[in-house]
Amino acid sequence: MPANRPFSREQRATIVYGMLAFVMIIVILQLWLLTATMNAYLGGDDSIVWPAAGVSFACLGLNVGLLYYLGRLERLRRHDTRAS
Amino acid sequence: MADPIADPRAAIDVQINSPGREGLTGTAPASLYAPSVDREQITIPPDFTSPDAQPGWRQDFPIDWPQDQYVERRDFLKFMVLTSAAFAVGQLWIGAQNWWRRRSHLADIRRIVSLDDLAVGRALVFDYPGAHDPCLLVRLGPAECVAYSQKCTHLSCAVIPKPEEGVFYCPCHEGRFDLRTGAPTAGPPRRPLPRIVLEIRGRDVYATGVDERTT
Repeated sequence: MPANRPFSREQRATIVYGMLAFVMIIVILQLWLLTATMNAYLGGDDSIVWPAAGVSFACLGLNVGLLYYLGRLERLRRHDTRAS
Repeated sequence: MADPIADPRAAIDVQINSPGREGLTGTAPASLYAPSVDREQITIPPDFTSPDAQPGWRQDFPIDWPQDQYVERRDFLKFMVLTSAAFAVGQLWIGAQNWWRRRSHLADIRRIVSLDDLAVGRALVFDYPGAHDPCLLVRLGPAECVAYSQKCTHLSCAVIPKPEEGVFYCPCHEGRFDLRTGAPTAGPPRRPLPRIVLEIRGRDVYATGVDERTT
């Protein structure tokens, strides 16, 4: 089996669905984190402000990484099409 | 003869009554629409090359459903990542606000009123710690005062003291807070009113700090 065989469109669609489910869960987590942090901040508890910001940026990094991976798949597909 | 794979239009049968197709109307055999090159390649670009070799603008506006669904989900994914970025920036904004609050809320000790000027059961509006932070001072007894921020913790409407009922009342959404503790007792507010720390020196009432609470 070739190591760098590009994914077909159906496979890429499945990958996008999987990514979408993962990203949506992370975004919902970020929304909860934002509201919880805002509630704590307004209540005068600022101990979680920066840790929560760090976690939120880590989640963003995960999401951006997934998007980058998808873009890489598409570039690989285009490159393979032009080469063949 | 042109290659039907390269140019599907070459497969069009111009004769209606060719063998095997008698009685059928139309000019194209059904096999013309069957996948000829790639079962995924439903859309045939104008130059008959692969869809992946097309310019980006054409790939982003497909005419077949599978590719359209793929593009839609991909773009929705991008939008969700953008939303994720907005939430992360929101966290950063809270951090910046917190830094600013810590810097500016070094509450000073300030004289509010003399007990001689405030009767028992009466309330006084004052600003503390900033000039735009309205607060309420209520005298509960001869030597007992409480003070809370006047901003409702629901949507920042101004609360009204009702000492006879023992509550601070928010007219915007029927919110009520306990007069002695500032805790929410009715309506949509969930957090108590920020408490102003008071100190009575002689006959004068001083505000010495702000106690913000979540419960």
